[in-house]
Amino acid sequence: MTEHYLSLAVKAVFVENMALAFFLGMCSFLAVSKKVSTAIGLGYAVIFVLTVTIPFNNIIFNFFLRPGALTWIDPSLAQEDLSFLGFLCYIGTIAAMVQIVEMTTDRFAPKLYAALGVFLPLIAVNCAILGGSLFMVERDYTLIESTVFGLGSGIGWFLAITALAAIRERMRYSNVPSGLRGLGITFILTGLMAIGFMAFAGIQL
Amino acid sequence: MTTEAKKVLLDPLIENNPIALQVLGICSALAVTTKMDTALVMCGAVIFVLMASNVSISFLRDYIPTNIRIIVQLTIIASLVIVADQFLKAYVYDISKQLSVFVGLIITNCIIMGRAEAYAMQNGVGSSLLDAVGNGFGYSLILIATALLRELFGAGKIYGQVIFPAVHEGGWYYPNGIMVSSAGAFFIIGLFIWLIRTIRPDQIEEQELG
Repeated sequence: MTEHYLSLAVKAVFVENMALAFFLGMCSFLAVSKKVSTAIGLGYAVIFVLTVTIPFNNIIFNFFLRPGALTWIDPSLAQEDLSFLGFLCYIGTIAAMVQIVEMTTDRFAPKLYAALGVFLPLIAVNCAILGGSLFMVERDYTLIESTVFGLGSGIGWFLAITALAAIRERMRYSNVPSGLRGLGITFILTGLMAIGFMAFAGIQL
Repeated sequence: MTTEAKKVLLDPLIENNPIALQVLGICSALAVTTKMDTALVMCGAVIFVLMASNVSISFLRDYIPTNIRIIVQLTIIASLVIVADQFLKAYVYDISKQLSVFVGLIITNCIIMGRAEAYAMQNGVGSSLLDAVGNGFGYSLILIATALLRELFGAGKIYGQVIFPAVHEGGWYYPNGIMVSSAGAFFIIGLFIWLIRTIRPDQIEEQELG
């Protein structure tokens, strides 16, 4: 059983990297990768929020939205299918969870809160977070699987943005053609990183 | 049409393109462009949601409390995306399956939130609609051009029609695997940005100095 979870985690970190294989969270990936220190801050926040929101949305999906999920309230509700409300519920959960996470860290872990700073609220509209929940629903993960998946894809995203930020810090010393400066070269760099991550394809544990 | 309206409508096509200059809505632009038909359906869905959300948010802009505006905007957008998603599932089920989670991700597509926040919250209904149409088409322009190149060189086809007969189907063209993979999308959009900035040198960014 452990092997199954380990393999799921490795797949989420490397093979199906959120940023480089599915292009999720690209906006902040490109915008906040100018310095390694800020990239690390955002990366931690993403790991944190993904690990919390995916299992939570999994509970919501399994107990409220899935076709026939409401039978635990009343057997007569077996025909109800609320899955069309999914998007609204997930994004609501994410926005609310981000808010709660922000308040709790502020209260109990002020150091962590100071480190995450402005990134927490930004994350509510990061597509990697919503994408994680939608993948969880599409692939029908269990509660434990979705926790592992959330943690794994968070770490994968963290690795990708930190690596890109490190490369971009070095880019300052190189002479990039003027039209490619900034955004253009960042795209091409990300493409090369995606090719690098393709080397992990097919790894099975 | 007044010059102001024309500017709002046409600027996002090249001058202020949402993908190439504003860095908005990249995720979906990369993910759905392996084939023309998915790209076209995605453009349609994004233009619809963008127009409807810009109009409704601009209509409600005086009633939305500033503190909770993000949640209000997200709720409006999520409801519109549900409509688009159900519509796609009903009429183009196959393509909606191929788009998988990316229809849902229109909710967090930065173009929609970005335009709502930057334009619709400050401007009237009419010009917000024009802004939505302009940005929608600016987004679609890049999306369709990318999908065209990726499908042509990745599979030798345009919109499913064979242009270069591929080797494994008895033709002469060796399909370029990079184009279909995620890396190809990054390269093509990177090169598009280079092209646009060569035509419009005022968009070139300053050299980053440490």
